[in-house]
Parts: sequence; structure tokens; C-alpha cells
Amino acid sequence: MSKLLTRRGVLRTGAVAGAGVALPTIFTAGSASAFVNEPSGSTVTLGFNVPQTGPYADEGADELRAYELAVEHLNGEGDGGMLNTFSSDSLDGTGIMGKKVEYVTGDTQTKSDAARASAKSMIEKDGAIMITGGSSSGVAVAVQGLCQEAGVIFMAGLTHSNDTTGKDKKANGFRHFFNAYMSAAALAPVLKAQYGTDRKAYHLTADYTWGWTQEESIAAATEAMGWETVNKVRTPLAATDFSSYITPILQTDADVLILNHYGGNMVNSLTNAVQFGLRDRMVNGKQFEIVVPLYSRLMARGAGENVKGILGSTNWHWSLQDEGSKAFVKSFGTKYGFPPSQAAHTCYVQTLLYADAVARGGSFNPCSVVEALEGYEFDGLGNGPTLYRAADHQCFKDVLVVRGKENPQSEFDLLEVVEVTPRAQVEYAPDHPMFAGGNLGECNPGA
Amino acid sequence: MLGLDRKDTILLLVVALMALLAPVLLNPFPVNSPLAQFNAGYPDLMQRFAIFGIFAIGFNILFGLTGYLSFGHAAFLGVGSYSAVWMFKLLGYNVIPAIILSIIVAGLFALLIGWISLRRSGIYFSILTLAFAEMSFRLAYSVLTPLTNGETGLQVYTDDPQILLGDGPHVPHLFGMMMRSSTTIHAGPWEFTLPVGYYVCAVLLLASFYLAIRIFRSPFGMMLRAIKSNQTRMNYTGLSPRPYTLAAFVISGMYAGLAGGLMASMDPLAGAERMQWTASGEVVLMTILGGAGTLIGPILGAGFIKYCENIFSKINEGVLHGWFGGLPDGVENALIWVAEHFVGSGWHLTLGLLFMLVVTFLPGGLVEGGQRIGRFAFRRRDRKASDAESDAAKQRNPAE
Repeated sequence: MSKLLTRRGVLRTGAVAGAGVALPTIFTAGSASAFVNEPSGSTVTLGFNVPQTGPYADEGADELRAYELAVEHLNGEGDGGMLNTFSSDSLDGTGIMGKKVEYVTGDTQTKSDAARASAKSMIEKDGAIMITGGSSSGVAVAVQGLCQEAGVIFMAGLTHSNDTTGKDKKANGFRHFFNAYMSAAALAPVLKAQYGTDRKAYHLTADYTWGWTQEESIAAATEAMGWETVNKVRTPLAATDFSSYITPILQTDADVLILNHYGGNMVNSLTNAVQFGLRDRMVNGKQFEIVVPLYSRLMARGAGENVKGILGSTNWHWSLQDEGSKAFVKSFGTKYGFPPSQAAHTCYVQTLLYADAVARGGSFNPCSVVEALEGYEFDGLGNGPTLYRAADHQCFKDVLVVRGKENPQSEFDLLEVVEVTPRAQVEYAPDHPMFAGGNLGECNPGA
Repeated sequence: MLGLDRKDTILLLVVALMALLAPVLLNPFPVNSPLAQFNAGYPDLMQRFAIFGIFAIGFNILFGLTGYLSFGHAAFLGVGSYSAVWMFKLLGYNVIPAIILSIIVAGLFALLIGWISLRRSGIYFSILTLAFAEMSFRLAYSVLTPLTNGETGLQVYTDDPQILLGDGPHVPHLFGMMMRSSTTIHAGPWEFTLPVGYYVCAVLLLASFYLAIRIFRSPFGMMLRAIKSNQTRMNYTGLSPRPYTLAAFVISGMYAGLAGGLMASMDPLAGAERMQWTASGEVVLMTILGGAGTLIGPILGAGFIKYCENIFSKINEGVLHGWFGGLPDGVENALIWVAEHFVGSGWHLTLGLLFMLVVTFLPGGLVEGGQRIGRFAFRRRDRKASDAESDAAKQRNPAE
């Protein structure tokens, strides 16, 4: 080695390395626009970042359908859908502020890394002014953080964890979907009415942030009405066979099983629980019950017969009879031939809300959008009168408690609405302990 | 130059030139042309090219030279990322401490895993590394959540200590140069983006590449090749292969740590998924696709796979309709039906097909393809004219 490490060699290496390090300083950031990706032509680009592969691909496909429908309606094609029932009339089918809406799509793969890479390429390469989508809270939190740093708006898709608008809330991010706390607040009274106040609950929880926040929320709400929590067991996210988690339940005197699972996890754990005869079991003279706090129609379809009679909560359901829901189900059904899922609904609504906020604020500048959305009251988008709270960018609206239907009429008619829990009952203070620790920060327009 | 012979110097200079001009070379199509879809010259992707280039170069030092196939290298990348983000959280946003710590931590982690796994060779070694990586992933995903923030990924919050932050920028920077800042050059209809972050990655890529050349040409590299060709014979001559394999393992683990640290520096979030076994498999694909055992192969393979992942996966049905719009309806729909399986979410299928073709017809990887084209073009059919690259490609045992 000594032969190779000559004085000259070292000097030369140093000089080359120095030149290399100095190189980037020649280029400095220079941008004339007031904010990142300011649309200059006759079009504006939105980024639809949904899971196209992985465990939530079904939800992702449905979200994408809803986005395409929303873009059609914004550009004045189709029957207009919810534009006709929306309480704001700033959208007239000429795109957003006269600019035709175009879109790019990406695959989040339900991985934080992939989702961020995909969102970054939309922002850097395609000039997307707003990113929306996602079907998991981990991804939503990760992409929301990215959008805050990059200076674009993030309109969250399906994300149910308290953290999205709790400890991970960001000024540039907005969530229309409900959260675990609201699920618990809506479910508790129904559980009390159906199953009484003297129950022993056993939790099986998907072992990651969403599962934990839901477990915490449900346990707090049920304990407040007198239930006892026997045990909380964490299951790995990738588990497909839950029998080893089900058998220990038979050894306890628990009489309610709460499945804090979502997607394929829930389908498998529920199927296992039914196979082990939990639903026919009598404990302490009471019928054993199973509760799935977060329900979706796509999950219900996966679980088939097993969902009959099982209670849960959902953000929206296509059988709702208000004008907004009917208009949306009609135009979605006309285009695709089947009713939309709750994921499709929230994504469609988020796109409209963004477009409306731009039009009302008169600018694509993220700070103007934030200002227009904060504290905004609207109606006609399917959940009754709704508020986008300024303190945490969370929507407050009615929550649905649903039950697996005993006699479904079709493959889409799997859930029936048991109760529409009014908004006042699911509201909480922005500094509630389950949401504490976060900081919205300032809106960031990028450049 | 720099202790390299002529051929290696030329190779280094070519790579340096490619890295310097990447923003121009990767944006060959004017912004408003329909082909702009295929432009890859935007900051995030260029950074990925450089970062995964480093990752693959490091992997190749182990796999290409010793023949030990590690299926767990993503764990070192992940550990590097977590260390870097923790530096951002505790110290501040300068990338230097972050990158240094990520290399050190990944090296120590590689020492531990290598010390255990290298007791076995062949398939048993691969399975051991795979098991360790999968364990690390599970730990990061749920058990170690206080340290890794689990599924959501480790992020920097405004209330983190960041004791050295001062009044510096609140994004990763190198002594004030923000990683995400860039300059855009408009040249007629073309647009070229020159990002600071990319050039930081590129400089480190060149440094890594230079180090790899030196390792390849050193007596140490010769020893590693000896392990690959016949370990038993090496034992009989009285040499213990384990210190050498362990050193190679740790070096390649440090490369992975550097790549991980850079990833976190470009985008301050560390997700557990980057430790998953699919991520480890990806670097194996990169190396084999480019040409295992060659110097430049892994960089080409990394670029190729990342290009497919980021460009093909974004072609959706709407784009296809745009392309085939001029055709009659029936033909258009048929073509789109076929094509949509290969783009968008089906990009894995495209990659799989290309990988099959390369492994079947070009066992030496893309490097061999390049050489065949080169020989065809320059009519240099005599074997003497082939350079060091093809020697290395020939040494590679396709059965491995």
C-alpha cells in the first residue's frame, strides 16, 4: 500500500475530492414562482397515490375509480355527481379556477418508503400541486410529512389512526375520514344497548400504530361504561392463521372478542374465531359476541357468511339515503356497475373539497387552501353537516354503526346501518390525551 | 491516476462523467413532448440511482468476489437509515454526522451478523442472513417501536432535541446547502434539473466506486477471489478464509449503511419496509442483472431496476389511451388490455421478463450485453482486446 499512497497521489485525490464537494455550491436554488408547482398553463395536475399492489390493493383500486370520477365531474363531464348536492357552489364543471384537471397515479404498495418515493416523483417530475390517497395510516402519516416538507397539500384517503390528526398532524394535511376515537365513541352506546354493561372483553390487536390507537380507544370507551378488559393480545401484521391466538380465549371467562384488525387480517381472524365456535359459546350465562370496530364492505365480502350479526363502525355506506350519497352512488354505479366503498367515498369527497377550497380561496397556493379549509362547514357530501376543524384538520361528522346483514340481497348488500351516531357524540377536544403531543406547524408553500 | 491502471482510470472517468451529466443524459426528451413520460432526470430518481448504485457496489464486493450470497443486506441499509434519522433528531440536520454514524452502526451490525452467519457457507449462509434480516424487519416494525416508530417510520418532529440545529435550515443540509434545493436550466424545449442532493450522492458514489476498484485490484481482493474459486484448497495452503470473508461482509455492510444514511439524508424518514426481504432480493437482482463480479455492472443494474420501478409503474390506462388513441377502437382496446399488464401495477412482470431474458442470453449481465454490442460495432473479435470487465464477467460462475 505504501507504494500506492504517494504524496502526489494523496494531493491529487484531495484536489479531485475537493472539486467534487465544491461542485454543488455552483448551483443555488432559484425559482420564480410563489409556491411549489404553481400551475402555469391551462391545466392543473393532481397526484393520486393509492395502493395498487399489496394487502390493500382492492381499496386502492376503488379509490382510483373514485378519483377518476371526481376528475370527470370537476371537468364538467358525466352527471356531476355530488357537485349538484354540495353546499358550496364555487365549482361549476370548468375544472378548478378554469384550469382543466389532469392527474397522475402512483403505487404506494402500502409501504411508507414506496409511497413517499411515488409522491416525490409526482411532485418533482409531474408537477402535482396536491397529493391524495392511501389506504393505511402508516402511509398517510409518512406522505403527510413529505407534503409538509415539500410544500404541497395532502388530502388523506382512508386512514383511521388517531395519530394522523393527533401527534403526527401537519398544517398541509387534511383528513376527511373518521378515526379510532370516533369509532369507539359511536360504538360504545350501541354495545351497551345490545350487550349490557357487565361484559368481559378480550382484544386481539394488529401489532402496529393503528391497531394500538384503536385498542386504546375502544378499551377506554368500553371500560367507561363498566366493561372489564380481560386481556389485550398483539398479533403480527403478517399473520394469516390466528388459531393460536383464538384458543387461549377459550380458557378465559371473556365473553366479548374485539378484533382490532383490518383488511386481510380481519378476514382471517374472524374466520378462525367462527371456526373455533366462539359465536355459539355461552360464558357466564351470556352469548359470546365478536366486535370489529372498523368495518368496510370489501372486508365484509372477504369474510362472507361470518360477518352476519357482527357490529362495527364505518365512515359511510352506499345505502345512505341523503341526496349527496344517492347522487354519488348513482354516478359511480353508472360508470362502474357496482356501488362505491367507503374508501372511494372519502377520496371522492376529498378531491371535491380541495377543488372547492382552491376556488373559494382564489389561489392554488397551499396557504390559501389551508385558510379556506380551516373551520369550513359544509353539507351535501354524504355525512350530513360536516366541519373541518382548524385546530387539527380533522373532519367532524356523523358516524355509522353497522352490522353484518343476516339476509343479504346481493354481493354488495352486506352491511346494514344500525345507528347514525350524531356528530356531537363523537367530538373531542383537540388536546385530548389520545391526540396530544402533535404540532400542526405553519402552512408551507414550498418555494 | 490515483493508483489505478489505465483501463480502470478510464472506467472511473467514464462513471464520473456519467454521474456529472446525469441530469442532462436522463432528460433526453423535451418537456412537452409525449415521450417526456420516459424522462428520468428528476431529483428523487437520480438520487435513487446513485444510492442504490452504492448499495449494489457494496453487495458486489461480497457476492461478486467471495461468492457468498447474502439475502439480508437490506437490514444494513435499514439500520443505516435509522441511525441517520436519529442523528437528525438528536443533533441537527447536517448530513455529515448522520452519514458517519450510519456507516459505523451498519458496520457493527454487519460484524455481529457476519460473525454468526459466516460459520456456514453456501445456501446455509444465505438462509442465515435472510433470517437475521427478517428478524430485524419484524423488530423494527413492531417490537422496537419506541426506537423505530414502527409501521409509520421514524420521522423528525419539531420538539426533538436537535442540540446543534442553531438557526440552520430545517431540512437536511450540508453546511447550509439544502439537499432538496436545485437549479433548473431551460435550454429550448428541454429542462434540466440540477439538484444538490443528487450531487452529494454522486460524489459519494464515485468515492465508493473508487474504493471498490482498489479493493478489486488489491491482494485482499485476490484473496477473496481465491475463496470463491476453491475454499478447500485455500484451507489446505494454511490460510483461514474467515477473517477475509468477515472483512468483506463488514465492508459491504458499511456500503449498505452509507446507502441507507444517504437515503435518510435525501428524505428524512426511515421506514421498516426497507429492511424487508424483498428489498434484500432487489439488490441481488441488481447485481446479477448488471453483471456480478464486474465493477460497473451493479451500478447499471441498480439504475435499470429503479428506472423500471419508477417510470413503468406510473404509466396508467389513461396514458395508454393517449398512445394508442389513433388506432381503431377494437385494436386499441386489445392493445391496451395486453399492455396494461406490463405497466402500472404490473411493472414487476416487465422486470421479471427482462430479468429472465438477461440471465438466459447474457449470463454476464448488462455488462456482457454492452461488450457484445461493442465488439460488434468495432469488429474487435479477438479475445485479447477484451478489457478487465469481461475477464471479470468470465470469471463469474453462472451456476451460482
